[in-house]
Amino acid sequence: MFKFHSKYAPYLFLLPAVILLVVFFFIPFFQTFGLSFLDYSSNIYKPEFIGLKNYLNMFHNPIFYKVLWNTFLYLIGAVPILVIFPLFLAILINQKLRGVTLYKILIYLPVIVSIVVAAIAFKWLYAEQGILNYFVNLCGFESIGWLTDPKYSIWSVIIVTIWKGIGYYMIIYLAALMSVPQELYEACDIDGANFITKHLTVTIPHIMPTIALVSTISAISAMKVFAEIYVMTKGGPLNSSKTIVYYIYERAFENLDLGFASAMAVVLLIIVMIFSLINIFCFERKKYEI
Amino acid sequence: MKFKNLWIHIILITISLLSIFPFIWLISTSLKGNAENIFAYPPQIIPTDFTWSNYTGVWNKVNFIGYFINSMIVAGVTVILNLILSAMAGYPLARMEFKGKKITFFAILATIMIPFQAIMLPVYLITLKLHLTDNINNFAGFMGLILPFAVNAFGIFLMRQAFLGIPKEMEEAAIVDGCNVFQIFWKVLLPMVKPSLAVLAIFTFIGSWGEFLWPSIVLTKEAMYTLPVGVNNLQGMFSSNWRFIAAGSILSTIPILIFFLAMQKYFISGENDGAVKG
Repeated sequence: MFKFHSKYAPYLFLLPAVILLVVFFFIPFFQTFGLSFLDYSSNIYKPEFIGLKNYLNMFHNPIFYKVLWNTFLYLIGAVPILVIFPLFLAILINQKLRGVTLYKILIYLPVIVSIVVAAIAFKWLYAEQGILNYFVNLCGFESIGWLTDPKYSIWSVIIVTIWKGIGYYMIIYLAALMSVPQELYEACDIDGANFITKHLTVTIPHIMPTIALVSTISAISAMKVFAEIYVMTKGGPLNSSKTIVYYIYERAFENLDLGFASAMAVVLLIIVMIFSLINIFCFERKKYEI
Repeated sequence: MKFKNLWIHIILITISLLSIFPFIWLISTSLKGNAENIFAYPPQIIPTDFTWSNYTGVWNKVNFIGYFINSMIVAGVTVILNLILSAMAGYPLARMEFKGKKITFFAILATIMIPFQAIMLPVYLITLKLHLTDNINNFAGFMGLILPFAVNAFGIFLMRQAFLGIPKEMEEAAIVDGCNVFQIFWKVLLPMVKPSLAVLAIFTFIGSWGEFLWPSIVLTKEAMYTLPVGVNNLQGMFSSNWRFIAAGSILSTIPILIFFLAMQKYFISGENDGAVKG
């Protein structure tokens, strides 16, 4: 076996990963900014430098605001539920009951199934004469155009994202619940505290870091949503379910307007980076300490 | 006390049923023959005109085996590359002192903040430039699917954490025995971080298996489709034939379902804290 001088060893170990990260993260990262100053719309092979014009066009484009608004709706629609509801489920599951493993498996199932299959399954539930509208009719209401009515389409898509995320965050919470000292609960029982006060005074303060972590990671993933929208609505009707990522995809790969798409991508980059920085510096600091 | 538990069971059973109901309804639809109205009110969960013919029909028209093999190649190679590259990069970051360590560390950390969706366009342009697309040849097509996801900061930091947890004496003993750094890495340290490697493998596999955005951008040939792309394509192929679309979707889910049930303890034990992705 040939012997390397161990002075070079760390670099050799790091080299393959660093090359790939440079080619597929750093170069594209800077290129995104570069592309956003170019105009591809007149000639895709001969882009022209147009400075900040893509940004100006973007700020004058009503769809840009619609898309930002929809992404905001996604955040306020999905994140609070994904933070609170899985915690509630985790507390219930943590009660050491019979059949807990089965519950965990069933609730986790949507997480592992391909998002495309999940979106197709929901598209079928949402069909005009589908099973959901049957129940809506049963309650005495008119059928709802879940995916065809601009008023509802974004919420119908958000429901899929929530449904697919619950199991994932529940398991994260379960891991955190294991670290809560049991003596604290016993003390509560002696004081005669009920189920709700027990968890409000002991569990929630104890797992606050996890709650914060789930808030930021569910917010980041809500901003990256694509497949649900692509499979169910293509952003329609009338842009009512179009979010940032879908709009970038559409402008880049369908309209071939690479410059405008890159300006949009810069907006997405900035928003996601703010959330990521909060996450890294406030909640996961220990993991990333040198 | 017993009364309280009953309520908890009722809530958990309801949530469990809601979690799987979309699939149940899809399975039900996939098993209904042409004599049965799939839009019947009230909806029938148990098919009255029970048939397997939607499955055989969609199986004969769609190359599921091909999609499955493509997905296996992509997910399999992506997992192997992630394990090797993350472990290799994580080791010096945890264990060695060298010039430029700090800057490398923070550069890798910075990539965590870059969402793929924001840089997918230049990644695509680079992939074209490197001739890693399926219109060159199948191998190039697979490389184009795999390489952008062959390593990421999450994996590197997961492995770094694992190496940090190993006592330094292990390495010192190996050095006394005359091992060089590569032998220490391969024979002494890697076997000790197996649990982390397993977690990384399983979560990388699930992520790669379900990936939809990237393959739908780069793939041009139907023969190269992975399962998610192929399943999405069912909608166009069978436009409103929901029996076939349902059967195809269920068929495509069977492999990952088996994988999940076999590996369920890794997913639901709650001991995979390090695998949390933002």
